[in-house]
Amino acid sequence: MPRNAARFLISLCFCCAPAASATPFIPQDPAQVLERLPVRPTDPAMEGLRELRRQLAADPRRLDVAIDLADRYFRLAVRQGDPRYIGYAQSALTPWWGQPEPPTEVLVLRAGLKQYLHNFDAALADLTQALARDPGNLTAWSYRAVIYIVMARYEEARRDCRQLYSRDQGLIAAACEPTVDALTGNAATAYASLAEALRRNPAATPSQRLWVLTRLAEIAQRLGKLTEAEARYRSALKLGIDDQYLLTAYAEFLLDQRRPAEVVELLKDKTRNDVLLLRLALAEQSLALPAAQTHQAAIQARIDAARLRQDKLHLSDEAIFELVFRKNPREALRLARENWELGQREPSDARILLEAALAAGQPAGAAAVLEWLARNRHEDVILLRLAAELKALRDGKP
Amino acid sequence: MNRWLVFLTLLLQVIAADAHKPSDSYLALRPDGQQIEGKWDIALRDLDYAIGLDSDNNGEITWGELRARHDAVAAYALAHLKLRTNGEDCPPRVTTQLVDQHSDGAYAVLRFMALCPETVVTLEATYSLFFDLDPQHKGLLRLDLPAATTTAIFSPEQPSQRFELTGASKLQQFIDYLKHGVWHIWIGFDHILFLLSLLLPAVAHFASGRWQPLDSFKPAFWDVLRIVTAFTLAHSITLSLAALEVIQLPSRLVESAIALSVVLAAANNVFPLVHGRRWVVAFFFGLIHGFGFASVLADLGLPRDSLVLALVGFNVGVEVGQLAIVSAFLPLAYALRKTVFYRRIVLFGGSIAIMVVASIWLAERALDFKLISS
Repeated sequence: MPRNAARFLISLCFCCAPAASATPFIPQDPAQVLERLPVRPTDPAMEGLRELRRQLAADPRRLDVAIDLADRYFRLAVRQGDPRYIGYAQSALTPWWGQPEPPTEVLVLRAGLKQYLHNFDAALADLTQALARDPGNLTAWSYRAVIYIVMARYEEARRDCRQLYSRDQGLIAAACEPTVDALTGNAATAYASLAEALRRNPAATPSQRLWVLTRLAEIAQRLGKLTEAEARYRSALKLGIDDQYLLTAYAEFLLDQRRPAEVVELLKDKTRNDVLLLRLALAEQSLALPAAQTHQAAIQARIDAARLRQDKLHLSDEAIFELVFRKNPREALRLARENWELGQREPSDARILLEAALAAGQPAGAAAVLEWLARNRHEDVILLRLAAELKALRDGKP
Repeated sequence: MNRWLVFLTLLLQVIAADAHKPSDSYLALRPDGQQIEGKWDIALRDLDYAIGLDSDNNGEITWGELRARHDAVAAYALAHLKLRTNGEDCPPRVTTQLVDQHSDGAYAVLRFMALCPETVVTLEATYSLFFDLDPQHKGLLRLDLPAATTTAIFSPEQPSQRFELTGASKLQQFIDYLKHGVWHIWIGFDHILFLLSLLLPAVAHFASGRWQPLDSFKPAFWDVLRIVTAFTLAHSITLSLAALEVIQLPSRLVESAIALSVVLAAANNVFPLVHGRRWVVAFFFGLIHGFGFASVLADLGLPRDSLVLALVGFNVGVEVGQLAIVSAFLPLAYALRKTVFYRRIVLFGGSIAIMVVASIWLAERALDFKLISS
């Protein structure tokens, strides 16, 4: 037992060590564990993957095997937040990856992978082609709606949501359009519709319920109804699903409420996840806990590594890090703007951009977001307050 | 139903993006003559996926398991890296294998040595590790050259890179030091003020106990040329001697002497002792200023193998900066030389002001305290 504890501590130190790391070494003990694989090789899911890989290696052009394998890896990537599986999925689709008109199933999967890599335009092109061929493809409608929402192309998203709902009336299809409404000036109605959809679908799976509850909590939070938001977050957490998005959203809710101690309690075991580690470090910093420094160094190391490979998948988190930890609002603003320009335009992306522009004293830098807020009649109380402060700064009022 | 689940998780994923680091390897190359020394950090997770390391299938990779696969690791890795110079292969050979921890886990570290048939002038590297298994994998290269470090990224879209090891980099190095030289003159007020003190009376001659304006441009031009040439020659000599570590002087002494030189040069304009041969003064004090330049150059760090290149580059930079100042000063001073403004305010008043500033520098540097900044 103590030996396990020691091992755990050592691995904890390693995962928090800066990327530059120590000097390479030769371990003394052959039994020393260097690395733990995220999934045991004896896991049935892994055995299934190995079998499919074997089949595909024998004949790389077998479409059914390739689709099955790519689909499984894609889900693994999504569930574990691990981009390596995206590469494995792409590799399974190699014969079709560069084709202009691959089979419809490949198009939809390829779009999923491309959107994961933030190549939104290419993903949209694939989905549009797939829907032209097969208008009954529910997955393609839903993928495209989501991408439009992320890119703040709300009218197109709404159209796809309606297409989806006309073909399927399940909970998620019913929740699609209210999700758009909540971002375009109808948050109160959207909240009621979502709550109603949740009530009408008692048979929905826990993960579907989690998704709708998270949306409800966010909308309540945007409208400033904090008690309701808290209740929805708590119901979602009670489902017992380890969901990164929910944890991030709730942690940010708590940070806004100046309840950092609860964030530490919520996330203290989640240090292996970069997105959650950042929120944990934010909470630790406001509590002036010593762990804030090691966690800050770990995040810095990961950002350095991402910059080395010229990765642009985490620009908004990088912007938060620059603003809060490195106290560099100009760089934070630059990153937040680049993120926005790449098409990542959700309320959280808007928020860091506004905060950075305010801290940098550059209201002009936030013009695109101010325009977005006004055009969509956005209702988020925090975003509106930040926008008002920026306008006051711009017009020279105190 | 399954499809819906993907949609669902996708919805969340789109917003949250991945929480883990993607797959990278870190390759460092250091060409030296015919040899290329290499260090290659490859994630154990990736090696396990490619060739299998976890032989007992318990989800843990131990040092013993990795060591047992050392030959396979070396063969697999080196089969995916081609190093060539002038179209000739430089076959690499692994010398040692170690382990290192990166921010996302344990990496195998391969140290290797590649031997080329001739001295490496251009390096062509072709990288294909894991590209077939994970097209999102990237190889991050750090190329250590004596003058500078270059980085590059290998991806399936760009698996080959070509590097010129000399030529371009030498020129770049020269330009870098040249820029430093210009910059140092530009921010080195003590050097500028010294030069100005000597140049201020160049458009006049001393007669009947006072400075009289010159009648033509020619003597003014020659006077300036002599002063600048003498100054340049002198500080080039001492800069070279100090940079080559032939002579070393304590910096406090040098800096104080430079301040003193400015005081004296300015004082000479107010109470002229030397007027005909100010180039001699320029030469004598230029020797001291050269030691000042040398300490800047030492702070920049001198490349061992291209010391002369750096030295010449820096010196040329200093001259270019100086010439810019002189060519701005001379026409202006010549145009104004007959005015009371020039004689009273610029020549007399300016020299007094320079004396005051330089005296403060002298006191600061000699006594080691801070009153104003230079």
